Amino acid sequence: MPDVQSMVLEFVNKLRKRKIEGSQATARCTVELLRSVISHHRVPHANQASALIDAVKAVGAQLVAANPVELAVGNVVRRVLHIIREEDLSLATAAVAGLDLLEASDDDEDVNGKGIGYPGMSAAVVAAAARSTLRPPSLQTLLEGTPESATVPYTSSSGADSESKTADKSSVTRKLKHDVIEGVNQLIHEIAGCHEQIAEQAIEHIHQNEVILTLGSSRTVLEFLCAAKEKKRSFRVFVAEGAPRYQGHLLAKELVARGLQTTVITDSAVFAMISRVNMVIIGAHAVMANGGVIGPVGVNMAALAAKKHAVPFVVLAGSHKLCPLYPHNPEVLLNELRSPSELLDFGEFSDCLDFGSGSGSPLLQVVNPTFDYVPPSLVSLFITDTGGHNPSYMYRLIADYYSADDLVM
Amino acid sequence: MDPRRGPLAVPKVRRVGFFTSIEPSPETPRPNRSLSGPAEAITSSSPLSDSPSGQFISPVQIPPSRHHSDNLASRAAPVPVPGPSAFRRQLANDRTLHVGSYNPVDSLLGTSPPSSNGEVSEDSGSLFGFQRSDSAKLSASFPNGGFNMTVAVRAPRESEAKVAIASTSDGRKKNVEASGESESVSTKPRKEKETKSLKEKTSKAERRAIQEAQRAAKAAAKGEGSKRAGESSRPKPSKPAKQPQPKKEAPQVTSSVSEKRAVSVEKERRMDVPQTQMQYDDKSRVDKAKRRSVVEQTESKNKVELFLHLPQYERGNQLPNLSSNIFTLDTIHHAVYKVGLQHLAGDIAGDNARCIAMLHAFQEAINDYTTPPMKDLTMDLTAKINGYVSFLIECRPLSMSMGNAIRFLKNQIRKLPVDLSEPEAKASLCSEIGRFIDEKILLADKVIVQHAVTKIRDGEVLLAYGFSCVVEMILLYAHEIGRKFRVVIVDSRPNLEGQKLLRRLVTRGLDCTYTHINAVSYIMGEVTRVFLGASSIFSNGTLYSQVGTACVAMVANAFSVPVIVCCEAYKFHERVLLDSICSNELGDPDAIANVPLRNNKKHSKTMDNNKNLQFLNLMYDSTPAEYISMIVTDYGMIPPTSIPVIVREYRREDLLL
Repeated sequence: MPDVQSMVLEFVNKLRKRKIEGSQATARCTVELLRSVISHHRVPHANQASALIDAVKAVGAQLVAANPVELAVGNVVRRVLHIIREEDLSLATAAVAGLDLLEASDDDEDVNGKGIGYPGMSAAVVAAAARSTLRPPSLQTLLEGTPESATVPYTSSSGADSESKTADKSSVTRKLKHDVIEGVNQLIHEIAGCHEQIAEQAIEHIHQNEVILTLGSSRTVLEFLCAAKEKKRSFRVFVAEGAPRYQGHLLAKELVARGLQTTVITDSAVFAMISRVNMVIIGAHAVMANGGVIGPVGVNMAALAAKKHAVPFVVLAGSHKLCPLYPHNPEVLLNELRSPSELLDFGEFSDCLDFGSGSGSPLLQVVNPTFDYVPPSLVSLFITDTGGHNPSYMYRLIADYYSADDLVM
Repeated sequence: MDPRRGPLAVPKVRRVGFFTSIEPSPETPRPNRSLSGPAEAITSSSPLSDSPSGQFISPVQIPPSRHHSDNLASRAAPVPVPGPSAFRRQLANDRTLHVGSYNPVDSLLGTSPPSSNGEVSEDSGSLFGFQRSDSAKLSASFPNGGFNMTVAVRAPRESEAKVAIASTSDGRKKNVEASGESESVSTKPRKEKETKSLKEKTSKAERRAIQEAQRAAKAAAKGEGSKRAGESSRPKPSKPAKQPQPKKEAPQVTSSVSEKRAVSVEKERRMDVPQTQMQYDDKSRVDKAKRRSVVEQTESKNKVELFLHLPQYERGNQLPNLSSNIFTLDTIHHAVYKVGLQHLAGDIAGDNARCIAMLHAFQEAINDYTTPPMKDLTMDLTAKINGYVSFLIECRPLSMSMGNAIRFLKNQIRKLPVDLSEPEAKASLCSEIGRFIDEKILLADKVIVQHAVTKIRDGEVLLAYGFSCVVEMILLYAHEIGRKFRVVIVDSRPNLEGQKLLRRLVTRGLDCTYTHINAVSYIMGEVTRVFLGASSIFSNGTLYSQVGTACVAMVANAFSVPVIVCCEAYKFHERVLLDSICSNELGDPDAIANVPLRNNKKHSKTMDNNKNLQFLNLMYDSTPAEYISMIVTDYGMIPPTSIPVIVREYRREDLLL
């Protein structure tokens, strides 16, 4: 237990100090941490699921508080909670079915096992399978209202099962935990493999001689473009350099190393060049439930320019980036201001900068935001690991991955 | 005779006129000219004249009169001067041959040469015409001494033809002619031969040079012609022989002014058609241009394919070379040279600053200018200025506003009254330049500030992009008169000119927020007005300005924030532009490649030799008119749709007054 606690603390510190960059890396670390939390958590005999959920929620709240802007953390925590609920439910239904027919539970297990076996369709298949069993009760819970009532039926049902399973209670305990950890492993696998899933679709979207504009440094975009390149498509890539962090230079370097024809442009030239661009492809930082995108700073400008010139604006996002929340004033509230030193030399302007001293001297403020919000109306297409989707469909896609009970943590 | 010949030589209408006149007035012109150089006139003309005139005339009338030899003969035929000799005849044959050899070259001249051809050959009857041509002011228009004598001799000849009508009473000229007389006989044919042989083996560059010279001569001749029109009362108006001239002669002094104006307006209209820019994907033209250039540019290795039509050079390596040249190069005035170097090095930034620096340099150059002997100030100075301008272009492509200023200057030179003495002309030009700077730039800025300040109210948040001296003046002035507002300065790589503005504003006590262009949609929510500077505004309302302006305007438009563009009217241009690709300027790609990243060192090194990686440093972009709410200019506050009107009115005022 203490070692898990220290791991959590260490990770929280890292998040707080922004030592982990990129939503994918963060998501991966988070899910691995949660896995060890679950595996180390001693489960009581009754209410195992709710105990697990509580434990994960407690850790999740810490993590989210550590870096509220990194939405991937919250997404992954919700995903894990969702997995616990699903496993619990499937066990319960299996047990209920087991009353009638013992083999049924085995079948159910097999279904889950298959889901694990095919990571390609994992989440969607599992979600779809779960939905068929989950839907009636969850609809009921929705009607009944409170989240508490949602958990009560599960626990009561599992409690109801207990009488039939008194003989092998310990095995059931182990089974739930085991199943959850299986599910979490599968999630890890999915997060790790989302690049390939997305990249596989590249060939459908990039044609010969295309000119593509991208900005920011996203591994998803890199893999996507390289996948098209490997399929012998030849096209040109414009990369906006992404001042003041110059992520574009990093991306350009990688692209050139893979043999793509790359041109680095300044961010200010985005509007000038967009008229000669066939498609804008960016990697999202997070995708909100309304179809809005949070991306590297400067994305909104590119999206507006693309809209003006009727250039398709395509967003690549792994499923861990899909956030079930609806944004409010995301430009400000879901943003983060970085150090002014990236823009101005402190030495040069030290006499003008306000260091929080509160002196009445003329203030020079330096604004250096990290993210940018693109409203759904500017996005042409989302490409996730389950395929391409409209911005207006994102809420539905997101509903597959999360339980309604976990939206508020 | 006339009616038949007229249609034959379609472009040579003037020549036809001449022919008609030949018969009645062979005598009159000749004596006149022979006064100054009688011996020559006789030597040259007599051989032709001695041949039976009818013999020559008949072939002349029938065949298409393309051949000079014919012309010459026909023209020479009526000349009554006696004194045939075998030797002279031979000479004449020689001449006709050579003159004929000019023909192809002349045809390159385009429209005007044919007319002059006739005259030329006529004049060539008297060798002394050549001689005088050397002295003619026109030759001034020849390239700054870089061309062959043959070219210089030849081209003036054409123009001289016209000048010839004008009085040649100038004592100076006579002297020269007299002194050159003896020599001329021997040198003339030789020169002509030279041209011929040269013609055959001239390299591209030389041919190019010739063309250039011819074009200059043509322009000069035209200018001269129109100038002369007014004052050319002296040459025998009674003479019907000079039918090519009647247009110029006919307007007597009384009507000459209006005539002159009409001619000049016509000319303006032709000149107004904006010259097409040099397209750098045109290999042959680029090569030619390169051979003439002073600045040695090395082309950058990784060119951006989309921008092959723009010059893409490596920066920074030609500067030391040039600065060492400064004392050895005499074709370009040192002040202009200095400005050119400053442009090249980027020491002068901002359109107004560049334009003013250039005009000051021209002022200095004009002050130091002395008309070479036997040259015309108008022609020579225009040629000089052309040389300077092409040098400046080599250093850095001119901005639209500089182009307008240069056009203004050339107009001023062209409109110089002919009777002005050289010091007076120089003084008037300098004062005109000074007036332009004061009135069109400095005063215009003040007016703009006055207008724009009315749009700033208390509590507003104003956004300024990059650095624009007008915007800076507006903000400072508004602060001075006590408006309370906040300024958001948006900046962009690689120039980071916004820091300059930021420093100036902060030191004056303005409340500033500084950010980069990517964050413009973050900050735009709190902005109430956007003030933008301009490099130029085209007549379709497109704003051509520092790159990134379009982004700012677009985002402002998306946030429903008014966009106010501040631009002096002299920067308006009658061209139209749709995108930022066709016409632009490329900066130093290395400025983009070098980023302050920690691990960048090895990164850029490994990239340098990679063919797949290019860096594109656009200098300008064009903002569609729909993003612009208002343009503040020295004529008031106007919508972008009113630009063509201003361009028209402004041009008229500028050119005719």
